[in-house]
Amino acid sequence: MLKRNHGPRLALAIVLLGTALTAHAENGIDQRIDQAIRPVADAVAGFIFSSFTLAGVQVPFVLVWLLLAATIFTVYFKFINLRAFRHGFQLVRGDYSDPLAAGEVTHFQALATALSGTVGLGNIAGVAVAVSLGGPGATFWMILAGLLGMSSKFVECTLGVKYRNEYTDGTVSGGPMYYLSKGLAERGPGLAKLGRVLAVLFAIFCVGGSFGGGNMFQANQSFKQVVAVTGGDASWLADKGWLFGAVIAVLVGLVIIGGIQGIARVTSKIVPLMGVIYVSAGLAIIGLHLPDLPGAFVAIVTGAFNAQGIAGGVVGVLIQGFKRAAFSNEAGIGSAAIAHSAVRTNRPVTEGFVALYEPFVDTVVVCTITALVIVVTGSWDPSIDPSQGVALTSAAFESTISWFPWVLTVAVVLFAFSTMISWSYYGLKAWTYLFGESLITDAVYKILFLLFVIVGSSMQLGSVIDFSDAMIFAMAFPNVLGIYFLLPTVKQELDEYWADYKAGRLRKFGRAARRG
Amino acid sequence: MSKVLLVGIDGSECSDRALNYAADWAAASGHRLILSYVIEWSPFSFNTPQENEERHMRREAELERAHREIIDPVVEALRERGVHAEGVIRHGHAAETLCQLAEEFEASHIVIGKTGSSRIRAQLFGSVAMSMVQMSPQPVTVVP
Repeated sequence: MLKRNHGPRLALAIVLLGTALTAHAENGIDQRIDQAIRPVADAVAGFIFSSFTLAGVQVPFVLVWLLLAATIFTVYFKFINLRAFRHGFQLVRGDYSDPLAAGEVTHFQALATALSGTVGLGNIAGVAVAVSLGGPGATFWMILAGLLGMSSKFVECTLGVKYRNEYTDGTVSGGPMYYLSKGLAERGPGLAKLGRVLAVLFAIFCVGGSFGGGNMFQANQSFKQVVAVTGGDASWLADKGWLFGAVIAVLVGLVIIGGIQGIARVTSKIVPLMGVIYVSAGLAIIGLHLPDLPGAFVAIVTGAFNAQGIAGGVVGVLIQGFKRAAFSNEAGIGSAAIAHSAVRTNRPVTEGFVALYEPFVDTVVVCTITALVIVVTGSWDPSIDPSQGVALTSAAFESTISWFPWVLTVAVVLFAFSTMISWSYYGLKAWTYLFGESLITDAVYKILFLLFVIVGSSMQLGSVIDFSDAMIFAMAFPNVLGIYFLLPTVKQELDEYWADYKAGRLRKFGRAARRG
Repeated sequence: MSKVLLVGIDGSECSDRALNYAADWAAASGHRLILSYVIEWSPFSFNTPQENEERHMRREAELERAHREIIDPVVEALRERGVHAEGVIRHGHAAETLCQLAEEFEASHIVIGKTGSSRIRAQLFGSVAMSMVQMSPQPVTVVP
């Protein structure tokens, strides 16, 4: 473990790097940052995405790992993703919320916070990439992955609440770090060491993921969209990614270092609104193309099984769909368990039921709407440069609502911003798990985080997307491996609760109680 | 069991008048007086992860402050006057929560001030008093 006295040295290095960056603030800076980071990014991505060949297609092992886990969880818990769906909604609605606990974090709030970390560019850019490269059929596999992913979230979030730390000052902290270390230790002394190792690995990858997918990818894609609406290559901003990054970094810094929670609070209220606008606009476009809708469904279903002209055939389509779904909803990755852990409940499994809605809203609803818009407007184009994810979605919306790219730009920047705030929190939790809590460790992490915002907006998408994917997906290895050992624990929680639920032993409150 | 009178207070001048009105009434009639203060809160708000982490701590602080600054001194003063009074603090939507409390304590009557402390809010979203008149299961007295 890193000793705390490394802190000042690290901080000094960052300050020097920052000074160097500003000193070279000229046109070539974007390329320089890109050149410096690319070899590292490529190496990391190459390792995480070690793949094997199936039917002539490269299949990344991590995707099989995630999908296998989601399928096993779904079967092991007897399709909990479907059978607890209604009860999850009752919990979110507050049917079982004791009025005496009013003022605590509710199921709805925990879900909403987790969602604002997941709904973001993955739903806009990622889906466009999937549909471009995999054809409409990728949508089918994306939805399937979303439905299975609900079971993964159920397990993660139940564990997140069960093994969270509650401190004497009344704050709570939870997530895979805690359930891996505490949970596995509980399963037996032999597993304690494994749990500890997995927790540390998870925390390291989580810090990486918070710099990658939770940060650089967001900065990069929102910058691309801002450039696109301000004139593309001719835009004054086109070669000033570092400047855009610096502005975003200052804003993020005001929140996470300056403690200006007002900005975060305002964002957390605007983001759901943007989500509603995005979904409504998507539905409006689908409505305007109603005659094309049956054809789109046919293309999605047939394209899923008959992939002529798509690289890698059906397996290629499947991989595109699964990959983007996993990147978007993060089921099995473990990130959301950190956000869900703050809920106030004495039955951890209830938050698991509520968490079912996260992949559902994210993937089954929002991603599907994006995919449908792209398909019904005929905007998908297999020959398009896959690095233009947001641009493709933007063009799809623009084809029907000419001014929508501007709205989309605002949405993209806000989604990116709120995802960054969420991930800076996840990353910080992992960081302090590794290095302990102190002002210096806190500050070092936050400064690093801000630097990556600038780096992210300066890089080309290719290397950003690979590195982001790699770090986020790496989290799935320790997380899922540890979860397998903890399945009996979740099963016991679930069985006890479900028996109470079925026997009507759970108390309802308010209007729900009168409804019976 | 004596009848119960529910008073909604928020520390504003107008709510003081409502309180005095209710206290006089309770003193004369022997009603039990429930003083309730509702801390504005919604179960459906959108928060940052940081806010959620600290929520329990903040809630405790909010309750403590409400007791110390609003409810406890008033309850104390009323008890000295010989009025049977107790205080309740809840988080929630003011009008809805007062109605729930009225049912919970089987209050026969509710007394509130006309305006709360935030006037702009009342202009924009309607006042607690107006909502109470619409929603209340029991007669409501609105004190100007």
